[in-house]
Formats: sequence, C-alpha cells, structure tokens
Amino acid sequence: MIAIIDYGLGNLGSIKNMLRKIGINAEITRDINTIKSATKLILPGVGSFDNGMQNLTDLGLIETLNQKVQIDKVPMLGICLGMQLMTKSSEEGKLPGLGWVDAETLKFKFETGEKKLPVPNMGWEYVKAEKESPLLKDLPAEPRYYFVHSYFVKANNPSDTLLTTKYSHDFVSGFEKENIIGVQFHPEKSHKYGMKMLKNFIENY
Amino acid sequence: MSITRVIPVLLLKNTGLVKTTQFKEPKYVGDPLNAVKIFNDKEVDELIFLDISATPENKKPPLEFLKQIAEECFMPLSYGGGIKTVEEIKDILKVGIEKVCLNTIAVENPDLVKKATDRYGSSTICVAIDVKKNFFGKYEIYIHGGKKNTKLDPVKFAMEMDKAGAGELLVNSIDRDGMMQGYDNDLLKKITSQVSMPVIACGGAGTLNHFGDAIKQGGASAVAAGSMFVFHGKHRAVLISYPSQEELQEAFGN
Repeated sequence: MIAIIDYGLGNLGSIKNMLRKIGINAEITRDINTIKSATKLILPGVGSFDNGMQNLTDLGLIETLNQKVQIDKVPMLGICLGMQLMTKSSEEGKLPGLGWVDAETLKFKFETGEKKLPVPNMGWEYVKAEKESPLLKDLPAEPRYYFVHSYFVKANNPSDTLLTTKYSHDFVSGFEKENIIGVQFHPEKSHKYGMKMLKNFIENY
Repeated sequence: MSITRVIPVLLLKNTGLVKTTQFKEPKYVGDPLNAVKIFNDKEVDELIFLDISATPENKKPPLEFLKQIAEECFMPLSYGGGIKTVEEIKDILKVGIEKVCLNTIAVENPDLVKKATDRYGSSTICVAIDVKKNFFGKYEIYIHGGKKNTKLDPVKFAMEMDKAGAGELLVNSIDRDGMMQGYDNDLLKKITSQVSMPVIACGGAGTLNHFGDAIKQGGASAVAAGSMFVFHGKHRAVLISYPSQEELQEAFGN
C-alpha cells in the first residue's frame, strides 16, 4: 500500500488523483499503523518549514518515519516542502529538519535590478539528470516540471544530487540517497512527465 | 532557465464558459469541463478560472465544479470569483485547486490578502486587478467585474499587495480585453518595475508576438489569454487551441 502522508499541509488530493489516473490506489493518511504497514511513502507539502516539522512532531509521526525510512529502508518520495523537510535545516525556520540527507534548504536571494528574478519561482523549468536512476526511466533528457518555491536545496554530498535546475544559479531539484528521494517540483501538476515519474517511483523501487 | 508560462484564462458565467470583450458582451463558448479536458490534452502550462458572475451576483465559489476539474487536470489550476474569506480559500484548496485569485476582496479588504498568504503561503495567493485608462490617460482599478471604479492607482496598489505577501499579480486590461490587439505593455512595465512578485499579463493577446512583447517590453513573467485560445478566424468561431511548445519557444526567443 502506498501512503500519502497527511500532516495538514499541501495539496494531497492532486497526488492521489494522478496516481488514480495511472491505476494506482494510494491512501491519504496520518494514522501511524497505516504508515507502518505502507510499502511506499510519499511526503507532500506546501507551506512553511517549521509548520511542517511541528505538525509531523505533533502528530507523533517522526519516530515512525525515521524507522520506516532509515531502518526498514522503505522507499520514500518527498515533494516540494516534503523534500526540504528531508534536509537538515532551512533558512525558512528554526526547527531542525528530518536530516536524512546531508543537505540544507536555503532562500533564493537575488540582487535587485533589471535582471532580478521573481521569488517565488513559480513556473515550468527544465531539469537535468546528474546521475542515472530508475526514477528517470524512459524520460527525455531534460523534461520540464512545474515548480513553486522560494527556498531551494543545497546538497553537501554531490553523489546525492539526482537533478539540477537553473534559476539564476543551479540548485538541486532532485536528490536520491538509497531509498530516500526528494523532488522540488510538483510531478502531480506536470502532465505526462510527472505521471511517468510517479509511475517510475511506484514500479521501479 | 525559466520557461515563460502561457495561461488560458477561462471565464465562467453560471455553468457555462464565456468570453467577453472589454468586460462586456459575454459570448458563450462552451462547456467548461469539456474545455478543461481539451486544454489538459494539449498540456497547457496552467489554467485560470474566473467566475465573472460570482461577485456581481453575490455567489459562493462553485466547489463541486472545481473538484471535478481538479480530478481531470494535471497542471496548476487557479480559481477566482466571489472569494471573501480565508475559509472559502481553504475549501477551494482542499478540492485540489492550488491557487486562488483575489480581486474585489483584495481592494475591499486588503487584510485578507495578508491573512491568506500567512496561512497558505505566498505561492497560493494571486491578486488580480482589472485596470482601465480614464479620459485623461490615467490608469484606475475597477472592481465588481469592471463595474465599479475605485480610482486606485494600479502601481501603488500592486506595491501594497507585493508587501502584503501576494505570490503573483494578474494584471488585466479592461480596455484591451477581447480586442486581440496586444497587451498594455506600458501599464505592465509601470507595475513590473516596482514589484518583486511575478506579474501575469492579461487582456489583449491576439498573436504569439504579443506574448513576447509582454515579456520583453512589459517585463511580465507570464502571459494569459482568453480569446486567442477559444476563437478562431476573423468571425471568431469557437475553437479551442493552444500553441505547440516549439511555437512558444520561438515566440519567446528561448
């Protein structure tokens, strides 16, 4: 069973809708026993970092998630804020992140002037693969995905970087460390490329 | 590199899809769900729905309809029309729409913009302004579906909304709506030079070149259009279309 973790943030319905479209039944849940029995986990999220960590703590989910991901090695996909929560910290908040990946979440800071890019970065961007992965199977070399974010991930260990995207500077738009995967963009809002990626996550892990 | 978003704006009136000219003469162009399916198949960048009858007729957002759309659409969706409270925003997000457009309420109760961005994040809140040039060439914001002149200066208001934390600004030109003669790039430039949030140009698109102009001359981050995607030919026959990725790349010189 695939569990979409409901911690009170984000657009959970659209992930479920897209999975349903490709014939996969997923459960939106915050129930510890359901999460314990899941074979794959998806951590979505739109909102602020501290809010996300606080909600996970308040719901008593952190211990279960640590067990599932770090000990049982169950594949887990973090999307947007979900990815950022997998890092050690964020400039958006004070609370520590889940810290499963040696990475930090930083804020986009651009100099003012004619060339200043808008923040949040909202729109479609190309992503570039930095290593091979079953997640990218049968996808074109530089597919496009929909992003909405003001913060980005900086990975300290280059081998964890799966995808990069340029928004003024390069940032990590996807990481993969063993069973832990995070993407900054929204596959559930990215037409066929998103559908293919979710399908790959379900079928190839 | 950012890909410039090209966004069809679909106007709802009761249960039908319409297209206006200068905010008047709504012409029926079809069934909204059917249109959504076509746009989804064409893999459009994003869709914006505006219920133009909601505020004038004091109606609530059509949640059931929005839910149906969200189940069919695998692209970013925005809804605007008749939103008055944070609770309504919550309900809209819950059915699977990721952004809301605040128009009349942003003028009447700017606090709501701040409250909504605090709670749901900037990227969820788009402020939409309808702008018309007066007899002396001065730009003014209209509300209630273009029926009420607020005399507010769009540049000042945009800066206020930027400060309140709005994630983007949809700038709609009433004079150019449905005319297909190009965007008001002067208006866009005035605004985009003063705000840090992305600005979506709306009102006046008739050709792919107009898109490029709004970006290059107007400084917009994204372009929206209605007539161009629902009408075909000089007799304005209803036909839903959307340019190919290649055509768009050429238009933006990417």
